[in-house]
Amino acid sequence: MKLPKSMLLEMLKKMLEIRYFEEKVVDQYARGAVPGLAHLYIGEEAVAVGACMNLTEDDYITSTHRGHGHCIAKGGELKPMMAELFGKKTGYCKGKGGSMHIAAFDKGILGAMGIVGSGGPIAVGAALGIKKQNLDRVVICFFGDGASNEGATHEAMNFASLHKVPVIFVCENNLYGISVAQHRHQAIKDIAVRAAGYAMPGVIVDGMDVLAVYEEVKEAVKRAKSGKGPTLIECKTYRFRGHHEGDPNQGLRYRTKEEIADWRKRCPIESFKKKLLKEKIVKKREIDNIEEDVERRIEEALVYAMESPFPKPEEALEDLFA
Amino acid sequence: MREITFREAVVEALDIAMERDPKIFLLGEDIGYYGGLFQATQGLMQKYGEDRVMDSPISESAILGAGIGSAIVGMHPVVEIMNIDFLPVCMDQLVNQAAKMRYMFGGRMKIPLVIRTTCGAGRGGAAHHAQATHAAFMHFPGIKIAVPGTPHDVKGMLFTAIEDENPVLFIEDKMMYNMKGEVPEGYYTVPFGKAAICHDGNDITIVATMRMVHKALTVANEMEKDGIGIEVIDPRTLCPLDKETIINSFKKTGKMIIVDEGNRIGNFGSEVASIIAEEAVEYIQAPILKVTAPHVPVPYSPALEKEFYIPNEEGIRKAVHKVLEYA
Repeated sequence: MKLPKSMLLEMLKKMLEIRYFEEKVVDQYARGAVPGLAHLYIGEEAVAVGACMNLTEDDYITSTHRGHGHCIAKGGELKPMMAELFGKKTGYCKGKGGSMHIAAFDKGILGAMGIVGSGGPIAVGAALGIKKQNLDRVVICFFGDGASNEGATHEAMNFASLHKVPVIFVCENNLYGISVAQHRHQAIKDIAVRAAGYAMPGVIVDGMDVLAVYEEVKEAVKRAKSGKGPTLIECKTYRFRGHHEGDPNQGLRYRTKEEIADWRKRCPIESFKKKLLKEKIVKKREIDNIEEDVERRIEEALVYAMESPFPKPEEALEDLFA
Repeated sequence: MREITFREAVVEALDIAMERDPKIFLLGEDIGYYGGLFQATQGLMQKYGEDRVMDSPISESAILGAGIGSAIVGMHPVVEIMNIDFLPVCMDQLVNQAAKMRYMFGGRMKIPLVIRTTCGAGRGGAAHHAQATHAAFMHFPGIKIAVPGTPHDVKGMLFTAIEDENPVLFIEDKMMYNMKGEVPEGYYTVPFGKAAICHDGNDITIVATMRMVHKALTVANEMEKDGIGIEVIDPRTLCPLDKETIINSFKKTGKMIIVDEGNRIGNFGSEVASIIAEEAVEYIQAPILKVTAPHVPVPYSPALEKEFYIPNEEGIRKAVHKVLEYA
């Protein structure tokens, strides 16, 4: 299938936004400017972007502790995201959530949950709400190989399939549950096989290929919106950096330099750029322009975050109840 | 006024609420065809259909998550966790998600979710079907906690819970389902955060919850004949807690007993005692006493459960006499 050029460029732009945003976070974290934890998505950009390119602003996602990529892909704005990481009042959550808890309801981002596996039941609930209100919407539930071992994930899948609610389970199998390699945390190789236990389709896709992810999720969205229920899509991917920015040497305690280097060769952004150039869909200059534009906007987001005020201490007491 | 049971009051409130608001749906284990383990949803599935009264898999996390997610996107779910003992199964969804989401996302969302559950010993339910762990949830900011003590209050408070835009943990004392009381017809509300003074008195304040309110009232009525004035206060909600009514009563009596079926350590009464110590220390005339379950799981045998575990009138009388030694 041939996608319009504008859409391909949008995919590239979104992946670059995620990459540059997070590279800026790496830099600021190293300088001690980011006051809390940051779990980076670098290397996995094709998953969030390929998936979310199928969604409109009315559709929903639930996200995880490694959530920057999901939020940017779903339309989260860079300035309030960066401000949130800096703990500023202008952040998406007024400085109360931080990196692990970004939500933007006007963009359909129902929130990033810091507890592994907790998003499944909530995503399914949102999908149930969609079904009950006869809305033409879907929910994408992002989760990882780690969360695939959590009981709540299985309760959610069973419930979703039983009631055929419009949810898509997008599993980012980055091969490690924090530091524990997949073969040491589950006996299966492909998480997609678990779909059979819930009578839903389970598919495996190259999570480093934005177009492949896009196509699989497109099918799943169609299926969900036509009342046929959920799909489990396992995206084989890899995080280039450590579990979080405090993970020494990008995780060399539990994985090899060679493994990291091999996956880096499959960088989803570089390979997508190569493909676009090779197929003469874009010119090098167009890519340069996009990169410059994204770089500039990340810089603006950083300045915005740094110049924004902190919340007043007593604001800690606000926002508990509606 | 007509009298109906606590159970009938629950069914009536759910029925009227569902008629008034098409966004309300019920979800829980055995609430549909079976009518609820305690028959507190009896007849509702037949009236409203399986889409609005949903039997769920035995999946407490999925039930809570379905409630949270659907509430966020515009529904008004009333979910049921059969026994409060099962809430730890979905503790993450309750205390990490439902309770915290609004706050951690900067107050930009509402979760109009009611979680009905039951508590209380006395049916031989033993350690996994009979606890009264309501106080544990007070520790988590972001959840309102209702503990109605009469058929009148359970109906009015259920309307209030359903109309609240926050997660409400609505706890029904299962030993009260057959209790009868005056209950108005139709729709009315009982506000949260407003304690009820169930018996007036000037000598001792007893703060009691759920079924314990009635045990305290029995003792208060007895002792009134001996010229001892006991003020019995039912807080009705643990969060928000009507500290003002409790403190004002204590300023009058200077003596406080809390009667609560929860385990002894971290009991609701511990919090009340702390409030008195912090905010009314100059009025304390006697030790503040708690009449609670002992600090063990609920035992099975009636010899242990009924005769010893559940706080009773005798325990309240003993506490009253002990406090009166300081008169």
